[in-house]
Amino acid sequence: MRTERRRWRSHSLVQLTLVRYREFIREPEAVFWVFVFPILLTAGLGIAFRNQAPERTAVAVVESGQAGARLAKALRANPDLTVQSLGDSAAMEALRTGRVALVAMAAGERGVEYRFDVERPESRAARLLVNDAVQRGSGRRDPVGVSERQVSEPGSRYVDFVVPGLLGMNIMGSGIWGLGFAIVDARRKKLLKRLIATPMSRTQYLASFLLSRITMLVVEVALLLGFAVLVFGVPLRGSLGMLAVICLLSALAFSAVGLLLASRAQTVEGVSGLMNLIMLPMWIFSGVFFSASRFPDSIQPFIQALPLTAVIDALRASMLEGASAARLLPELGVIALWLVGSFVLAVRMFRWR
Amino acid sequence: MTGTATHLPLRVRGLRKAYGDVVAVDGLDLEIRAGECFGLLGPNGAGKTTTIEICEGLNTPDGGEVVVLGRQWGRDDRELRERLGISLQETLFSEKLTVAETVRLFRSFYRDGPTPEAVISMVQLQEKTGSRVGQLSGGQRQRLALACALVGSPELLFLDEPTTGLDPQSRRQLWELIEGYKASGRAILLTTHYMEEAERLCDRVAIVDHGRVIALGTPRELIASLRAEHVLEFAAGDTSPIDERALASLEGVCSAGQRDGTYRLQVSELHRAVPALLGELRRREIQLTELRTHSATLEDVFVTLTGRHLRED
Repeated sequence: MRTERRRWRSHSLVQLTLVRYREFIREPEAVFWVFVFPILLTAGLGIAFRNQAPERTAVAVVESGQAGARLAKALRANPDLTVQSLGDSAAMEALRTGRVALVAMAAGERGVEYRFDVERPESRAARLLVNDAVQRGSGRRDPVGVSERQVSEPGSRYVDFVVPGLLGMNIMGSGIWGLGFAIVDARRKKLLKRLIATPMSRTQYLASFLLSRITMLVVEVALLLGFAVLVFGVPLRGSLGMLAVICLLSALAFSAVGLLLASRAQTVEGVSGLMNLIMLPMWIFSGVFFSASRFPDSIQPFIQALPLTAVIDALRASMLEGASAARLLPELGVIALWLVGSFVLAVRMFRWR
Repeated sequence: MTGTATHLPLRVRGLRKAYGDVVAVDGLDLEIRAGECFGLLGPNGAGKTTTIEICEGLNTPDGGEVVVLGRQWGRDDRELRERLGISLQETLFSEKLTVAETVRLFRSFYRDGPTPEAVISMVQLQEKTGSRVGQLSGGQRQRLALACALVGSPELLFLDEPTTGLDPQSRRQLWELIEGYKASGRAILLTTHYMEEAERLCDRVAIVDHGRVIALGTPRELIASLRAEHVLEFAAGDTSPIDERALASLEGVCSAGQRDGTYRLQVSELHRAVPALLGELRRREIQLTELRTHSATLEDVFVTLTGRHLRED
């Protein structure tokens, strides 16, 4: 029994994989960026964009003359508005610097003038609120009776949208960084050369990265999703099996991309530049923080071909819509293509020296 | 067993390697005999590392033949890797691993060999077993590199500049370890640019310059080839140069040379040469600013052959 255990422990694949864990765990910064940072980011975004009682809109009123006073009174009657009474130039200053969304002032005998920036969504909303208050204050009666019921449905909030994005971004980051950095560092230190001077199996060396990546992926995903589900009630509508398949395939694909980027680079600086060059477009275009569909149609084919876009789309479809495997096939296909393509290219290009 | 016994540990013939226009190894021949510690001695850039890396199967030659333990690279790589121990010139092991973890990792690659604990005590790192590699001194790191070269019980050990950059005490400690390993009767190929190292450790030495072997023999034979047991060096004050032929004809002097204002005389009989030199200098009214003598070393062999020093510092 004891010798069996020793044999198992002395197996080179086990030793190589243990090295990966040790190097990772003994680097406190890496642990922070991989495990802690995504949770902090989720918490921050979840709190910043939490669904709460709608904020009151700040507007300024130029309170000059009787018409001005009447206008101010009408606006103060609306509970959705915070009304500041300012002089003409101070009001415009407040509008320019964004402290108020709109400036209202009396114009002529019965007229009212609104000054606001149509480009700002809150200004447009303020115009509706202010106009409503002004018209009602002047005696308008609505012809249609309206009743309201407010809802807050998990799955439609910003935090539900952003968690799959952060998860995808995290899988990309730790896959590309985890392999790229470690391999180039070993090449720079001539450790790769020293290792191939031993009978070590080169396949096992690369396999040790994938093995450690997969086990760390389980921890990464469980921590981030566990936090999102328990604290924010983010839904997991698809099957956990499907979610696991997406995460695993994505982690392998990004590891292959990391391997490809590390296949020739001689310095850590060199590979860092390459990694940022590859990851930057994906941070921007792949819909981590806002929907990728906001970009123009002309660049959509490029965006859809990016691996992170496919990963995030698949995660969102599974988590938020409970999409079936059949519906996720196009995304899974894109990820698999990146995996195979990068891996084949990386193995052909890889330099051990 | 008989298979390995009848083969030389290493045979190299007509080795050639060029990097672009720079010829690193230019028709080099070597033979290492069973149980011998063989030294490649030469200045930086002489082609030592290129040669040893080709023998280690880490670099490919442009021409020539390399037979290691009766096997050849490209055909028997897997088997050779099991039977060779290698310490590269500058490997940085992962700083976050401990000594024991590093040795255990390397041990796991080999089928046969001592336990990691045994190798660690072989290189006297027992007290550092649990220390991170990042906390080791230069000498301790080199001993760790030696341990990683020994984990597979190699039949042939390659050491590329094992003591470069170490302080004298660490260097001596490493020499003792290598001598201990030599006692086991297995062959070693060592490169160095320290002549004391070659004199102390090596049974035979090849002096290498510009990618060729320019002298080969035991350290004793090479020094004897100077036909002078001593070297006398002196510098004179501001004077016109002294004719080297005149110096060489002095009693007890075999040959003379001059470089950067320092004269070197190879001397067979010190007790005759010194008075003769002093007399000659007095006769020419030349002021002596420096006078040194030492027993001839491999360094003097190199200087005599090339007119340059091994280390230009």
